[in-house]
Amino acid sequence: MRKPVDWIIALFVLLIGRGRARRVPAKRRIVAARTPDERAELVVVLLFLCAAGCAIATPFLYAFEAPALTQLLGLSIGLAFVFFAAGLVLIGKRVVVTEELAEPYPPPTREVAQGEVAQIVEESGDSVSRKGFLKLAGGAAVGSIGVALLTPAASLGPVLDTDPLYRTPWRRGRRLVDENGRRYRADDIEPKLFYTAFPEGADHEELGAPLVVVRLDPRDLRLPQGRADWAPEGIVAYSKICTHAGCAVSLYRVPTFPPVQPKPALVCPCHYSTFDPADGGSVLFGPAGRPLPQLPLQIDPRGGLRAAGNFSGPVGPSWWGVRMGKAK
Amino acid sequence: MQTVVRRACTLAALAAALAAGVARAQPPQGVVTGPNATGRSLYSGNCASCHGPNGEGVSTPVAGAGGVKGQGPPLIGVGAGRADFYLRTGYMPLGRPDEQPQRRRPLFGDREIRALVAYVASLGPGPAIPRPHPERGDLSGGQRLFATRCAGCHQILARGGYLTNMRVPPLTQATPVQIAEAVRAGPYVMPRFTKKAISDAQLDSLIRYVRYASQDPENPGGWGIGFVGPVPEGLVSWFLGAAALVAACVLIGTRLRA
Repeated sequence: MRKPVDWIIALFVLLIGRGRARRVPAKRRIVAARTPDERAELVVVLLFLCAAGCAIATPFLYAFEAPALTQLLGLSIGLAFVFFAAGLVLIGKRVVVTEELAEPYPPPTREVAQGEVAQIVEESGDSVSRKGFLKLAGGAAVGSIGVALLTPAASLGPVLDTDPLYRTPWRRGRRLVDENGRRYRADDIEPKLFYTAFPEGADHEELGAPLVVVRLDPRDLRLPQGRADWAPEGIVAYSKICTHAGCAVSLYRVPTFPPVQPKPALVCPCHYSTFDPADGGSVLFGPAGRPLPQLPLQIDPRGGLRAAGNFSGPVGPSWWGVRMGKAK
Repeated sequence: MQTVVRRACTLAALAAALAAGVARAQPPQGVVTGPNATGRSLYSGNCASCHGPNGEGVSTPVAGAGGVKGQGPPLIGVGAGRADFYLRTGYMPLGRPDEQPQRRRPLFGDREIRALVAYVASLGPGPAIPRPHPERGDLSGGQRLFATRCAGCHQILARGGYLTNMRVPPLTQATPVQIAEAVRAGPYVMPRFTKKAISDAQLDSLIRYVRYASQDPENPGGWGIGFVGPVPEGLVSWFLGAAALVAACVLIGTRLRA
């Protein structure tokens, strides 16, 4: 217990001693001393500390997932920038030494003029305690703004353990239910309509849970190899999470008269990624880089709609290792 | 004297060319109407080249009048509701079978539309013109339903938008009957909602919300910018923000005069 206290006292003494030792003997003044604008310096320090405080709030808001997170994140980073900029403006206008000499050029010798310039320059970097404090506050502001700007990198996804990205609640035999938990029967699924389904008894919020289910004419299906029995009666199910940025695929276009109108497609409203439900969810248009993962379906003897396994690929937006594995 | 003759000849030739041009510029499928036109005759004159002489549809393109390749779905069994919708919104008749129907001034008068609707309805049993009661609907329920079922394409205040390769129409001019007809029929590439998916009571709420949103949405203040959503709002705020930034730069750049 005593030791840390001793250390702190020693450090304190050292710091004070250091400050004393560096006090330079007062030089002979050549130009009139400029009264430092101490109030402005104080305000700058306060502004920098406010900026640091706002910026350092960002990683905490992010880590604890505050409500209205997006707005709060924007507010904290934005305010940090505003405070920092205000501090810089104040420094530029009030703190930095600016001498305006209106008198005519004196006829001094070169050495004197050089001495004046040297003193002004030295003085502007000299007032150690105030300057140091200013620098410290500025450093705190810059450092914490840097931390705040790096925080979103944590959203780029897991680096080492990507296992959770492959896990979904879908298992062979799991029932499809609607958002109220009512079980879907195969004959509930009507053509030219689209349905959102969830796994029975699982968390609806989970990324791998929601499905978009549509009924197509079985003759129109062109599913990839090995998925021949994945679409009983032409009912196909895909993950509702777009493989581009993770929005909900909530648009379904379905032609009234197929010969002259665009073919059926699932469209994500965020960036218009367009997927072909008849062709295993392949990308028809847009920024998505891989097809929607398809869920194999089966119809039980009583007509209920169930999963026949897990998705054809990992669910959700793509990340660096997305093509390496299969959904678990 | 010679010049006069030459001029007269030129004028005559020009007039002839103009007349020929006008004759060719006429729509290949000019709306055929008459004071005594029956539904049957209106249909034969305006619809049959795409929907077949008896409403059986044309599945493979057939060169019809004016070189237009007619192709269209059968109308047997579509009922009065759909015929009424397509004619009163001006969606039909369509210039080319593969273009997207757009809302425009109906090409037929009220009497002709009624005759045509009655004729199409007589082709086979089908759904009648719906009679919605939006005043019985529940506004907030309608909004919830619209947000989950319709807003993805039509935008939350029913201002329309885009889908891959097509436009989504705004619903600002849609009448309650037309909204009900469209929900049940699913025109062009819109999904079709049966009574199982959206009940008649829900439909009333939906229509009430669409009318509210498209006619006079409650404005909490500020500048609505046509209620078309975040893109114009962002654009406007960028312009305002850019001006404010320039002003701030100018302000920062001025030197203090002691």
